[in-house]
Amino acid sequence: MFDGNYVLWLSLIVFLPAAGALVLAFLPRDQHDLLRYFTLAVTGAVLALTVLAFLVPPNPGATEATFFEFNGFREAAAYMQNVFNVAWIPSFDIYYFMGMDGISFPLIMLTALVSFLAMAASWSIKKSVKAYCILFLLLETGMIGVFLALDFFLFYVFWEVMLLPMYFLIGVWGGPRKEYAAIKFFLYTLLGSVLMLIAILMLYFNSDLSKLSNEQLARAHVLDTVVQVDASGDRARILSAPWSQETSPVEIEAAAQQLRRDMQAGTRSVHTFNLLAMAEMGQTTDAFSQSIQWWSFLLLFIGFAIKVPSVPVHTWLPDAHVEAPTPISMILAGVLLKMGGYGIIRICYPICPYGGWDLAWLVCTLGVVSMVYGAFAALAQKDFKRMVAYSSVSHMGYVVLGLGVWSATAPAYDPDYWNMGISGAMFQMIGHGISSAGMFFMVGVIYDRVHHRNLDEFGGLFGKMPVYTALSIGIFFAGLGLPGLCGFIGEVLVVLSVWPYQPVLAIVSASVVVLTAAYILWAIQRVYLGAEYKGPHAEEIVPSTLRENLIAGTLFVLAILLGVFPYQTVLRYMDPTIDRQVRLLADWTERQDQAAAAAPEEAQAATVPAAEAGRDESDERGEAFAATGQPAVGERSAPDLASGSPVRTEPAAALVE
Amino acid sequence: MELHEIVSDLIIDTKGLAGGLLGAPTNTSSIALFLPELVVCATILLMLLVRLFRWGRTFHSFYVAVLGCALALAVTQPQQLLAEGGVPRIEIFTGMLVFDGFTVFLRTILLAFTVLFLILTKISGIPDREDGGDIYTLVLGAVLGMCLMASSNHLLMVFMSIEMASVPSYALAGLLKGRRLGSEAALKYSVYGAGAAGVMLYGISLLAGLVNTVHLPTMGVELAQRLPTMAPPEYMVLALAGMMVMVGLAFKLSAVPFHFWCPDVFEGAPAEVGAFLSVASKAAALALLVRVAIGLSAIVPPGLPAGQPIDQAAQTAARDLPGLFAVADEKPADNSAIGADPRAALQPMRSLLGKLIAVLAIITCTFGNLAAYGQTNIKRLLAYSTIAHAGYMMMAVPALIALAGQHPQQAQNAVSGLGIYIALYLFMNLGAFAIVAFFRNAFRSEEIADYAGLIRRCPGMVICFAAILFSLVGLPPLSGFIGKFAVFAALMDGFRLTGETYLLIVLLAGGINTAISLFYYLRVVKVMTMEPESPTRVPFALPMLSAAGMFTIAITLPTLLLILWWNWINESALGAARHLLT
Repeated sequence: MFDGNYVLWLSLIVFLPAAGALVLAFLPRDQHDLLRYFTLAVTGAVLALTVLAFLVPPNPGATEATFFEFNGFREAAAYMQNVFNVAWIPSFDIYYFMGMDGISFPLIMLTALVSFLAMAASWSIKKSVKAYCILFLLLETGMIGVFLALDFFLFYVFWEVMLLPMYFLIGVWGGPRKEYAAIKFFLYTLLGSVLMLIAILMLYFNSDLSKLSNEQLARAHVLDTVVQVDASGDRARILSAPWSQETSPVEIEAAAQQLRRDMQAGTRSVHTFNLLAMAEMGQTTDAFSQSIQWWSFLLLFIGFAIKVPSVPVHTWLPDAHVEAPTPISMILAGVLLKMGGYGIIRICYPICPYGGWDLAWLVCTLGVVSMVYGAFAALAQKDFKRMVAYSSVSHMGYVVLGLGVWSATAPAYDPDYWNMGISGAMFQMIGHGISSAGMFFMVGVIYDRVHHRNLDEFGGLFGKMPVYTALSIGIFFAGLGLPGLCGFIGEVLVVLSVWPYQPVLAIVSASVVVLTAAYILWAIQRVYLGAEYKGPHAEEIVPSTLRENLIAGTLFVLAILLGVFPYQTVLRYMDPTIDRQVRLLADWTERQDQAAAAAPEEAQAATVPAAEAGRDESDERGEAFAATGQPAVGERSAPDLASGSPVRTEPAAALVE
Repeated sequence: MELHEIVSDLIIDTKGLAGGLLGAPTNTSSIALFLPELVVCATILLMLLVRLFRWGRTFHSFYVAVLGCALALAVTQPQQLLAEGGVPRIEIFTGMLVFDGFTVFLRTILLAFTVLFLILTKISGIPDREDGGDIYTLVLGAVLGMCLMASSNHLLMVFMSIEMASVPSYALAGLLKGRRLGSEAALKYSVYGAGAAGVMLYGISLLAGLVNTVHLPTMGVELAQRLPTMAPPEYMVLALAGMMVMVGLAFKLSAVPFHFWCPDVFEGAPAEVGAFLSVASKAAALALLVRVAIGLSAIVPPGLPAGQPIDQAAQTAARDLPGLFAVADEKPADNSAIGADPRAALQPMRSLLGKLIAVLAIITCTFGNLAAYGQTNIKRLLAYSTIAHAGYMMMAVPALIALAGQHPQQAQNAVSGLGIYIALYLFMNLGAFAIVAFFRNAFRSEEIADYAGLIRRCPGMVICFAAILFSLVGLPPLSGFIGKFAVFAALMDGFRLTGETYLLIVLLAGGINTAISLFYYLRVVKVMTMEPESPTRVPFALPMLSAAGMFTIAITLPTLLLILWWNWINESALGAARHLLT
């Protein structure tokens, strides 16, 4: 079967939790441990499936791999991997299109891991365990689906799938003001999604596949779906396997011609929801005019900024976090916030480069304001969990800032610093996923014992819960950004990348580190140090259990590993993808400037010459492959890397080594 | 034209050329294409006649009604929507009605809904066996009228079918005979209805006087001819007539400001009647709105005359068949006289009508959502939700009108978006009212406050209800999202192709309304799931393994699962809209 290789594997990762939820519905309601262990097993299975991608060595020869011998994740490839693209609602140009690349793969790992740990932390949930487990699994399906979806409609569906479980998880199992917090979360996100839906429709109706070159259509996996009807009426795909760099130009040519015939005959619409094709259109054709790009960017950015969350649309987050039960806080901070950042890097910038370029100041300013505001707000909190929540606002500001630093501008169009910023932002997302999940878990552990979170009424926990305190301090240091732990790498990369763009922002963002240190150290001092515990329920403070230590220990070990080996654990998987994306956008900037300079009065048509440039590049690449035929296994990614980043930098590696 | 020619034309039109007076009608004849409605008529007669005999009174009329409707659904042949080339557009009964994909689509929806509705009434026990015959006669009579509404091609038929659908509905609203509230609702409904019908009839007569015809496709041609040279007073009369016709339609749609009957009727009548009025009546009214909007704002190629084989009919299509009963001029409408671009001539009409419906849609939607906010009775809340949804569905019509000028293909896509919405809305609203009816049977209350903590008593029902309510918000992955998505897509496409800013405003209004509608649906869910159970509630059992539970599951499953595979709905809707404008 054409797509048998990945359709099953990726669908399994996404829908295994949902299937688990269905099974749960038929399990007895009062067998709490059975329900919990079953749910844990399902999240564990999802984790195992994603880890398989690490363990199974890449098998480049196997284009026809079956389910059990899928390709592992190829770290050196800049393109989408393990892709499948099958018709879903073809009459509306909607495809069931998924794949992973260096940007989504680490986030999928993070999701699977945090979900597993959060489920392990869910033993404290005593009320309606069955419903909790079902909703938890549905939430996981939504989260992983968002990171894998490459069709805008599919992405949107998954994006919204998360809303309902999250609403109930906060609203039913939350704290005293749970209903207020839940509806606030729901309303904010829904408002953002409605704006996103408008942007999706705007982009969809302006998209035009016929403006893409054959090579671009192939790269965007549009050609994967082209079918040919032979004499006997059988429908067969033209490409023998999903597009990869080995796909023969003959097949591409044939498929592209068939596609163009179909579009001309009207049997296939020129519009598309394909995110990769939209990105090619946004960067190299005039399908999306400047005003469309500008508005789409703004609408999408608002939608994603609400999720990140960025000041001034962050106010749902402290409420949601404070009221949510501990495991849900871990998921919220560890995964949900990352979806905002992921959306910005996957959708906003590649599809609407003009909007991103024109609004870079807004994105960067919002990032820095979030950092500063979040840090000051954290400093002022009396509630332990609220403080951690505001620290998330502050830390996610780094992500927005790193993504927004459009420093690849005239005269050099040097993408290195921006590259560093995006790498930093991506690393920060992973690092923050680990450290914030850990921080919320630590708050939850003590809250389960003393049932309050008042920072002024703690103290002296070191003496009573030594292991817990040691792990907590370690994880909080990771959140602080101490060198050697995971929080540091992302922050330093982002701050460094801002210098050439805007020194003032860099200085401000660097000084936020001081504030971060202040609120975290102060919190540690008030909670863990000191002579004696000052609050109520002192008698219930018992040392942490093995389960708690295991969860916290896993997160702490990961924080150290990520901090000491950032390149080996994270960066090397995403570098090629980020390099390619940044280089393409830097090229776009150069063309944009040239076009604007060449015809200042015709600024509207600025992107037209870009189409030719894109085609040239792709044609050359196509010829190169035609000439070399089947490249040897070791070299297969070389052209990709060579063309992917002429001036390849390894900022993170340099830092470590 | 000689009398015998007219008679022979009539015979051909009615039963086709084949085989003399008693021969079987050909399959393109009016009779054959009208078969589903005839089956419904026969069912009504059978239901009435069977009760004359003693043995006929021993069984519930439900069985006759449901079998008749299922048979009618079968002869509707919905699968022809997916056929290559679509359903041909044939004007039946000398142009009074039109048979096309849209007719088939709406018939399918209406009859399928009726079958489900009849099953619901059987399960919920309203009406009982004694009343069954009467009530089901009224229901089927109304459905017959609604099917005619969906296939009207002539303003006279528009009026007749609206009345045919309305009069039984007035009686249905007063179904609970002893209740004051019910009688008041029925009276209010019929008085409002009579008023709206009068205004509409006046509008129709003005239009007829102005353009010399009430045959909808001919009206478009006539209007295109006259508009460029129309004197301002005439134009005023035209606008007035258009608005008066709109009043009648707005009443059926319960569009603001003609919605006042809706909450009262829904509150006074049993929930089952609410389901009937909110789904079937709305679907038919929207179809009629589409027909009238196309008739007034677009030039449609003439449909094929009935009674002749398709290929032959295509050749004679140019003949003046619609003229038989139309008050048209003696010679057929002459397209060449309109000038180079007849479609452009209708631009002022489109602009007026489009903006009028757009404003109506925005107000209806916003008002419905805001008014639902303060309701304490679930049926009143659902009534306002119905009003709001009528607004969402009407939003597709301005897009259709704006696109009808230069982009007929895309205009048809707008209709198909509306079709998808109607099809999915059927399951959502029928499900919502069904659950309200089951709850009423279980604990005799329709107050939202009495739903507190139901999740602990009957979790299955509550989960289904929550899914349906979220689907009404339009949240993916529930099916309500698909309808909203399709309608919003039509608006965006309309804005992109025509540059009409008001379409963008409608789109934004729709989006904002989606967000604000969340509040009141969510409140119901919150009461059911998060609030503590009232200690004084009478004990009751509502297991999922009962007829009521099974019905609820069956009606909720499409809402949950259609997102996985709605290509066929989209293709059916596209097939339905295929020959509306091209």
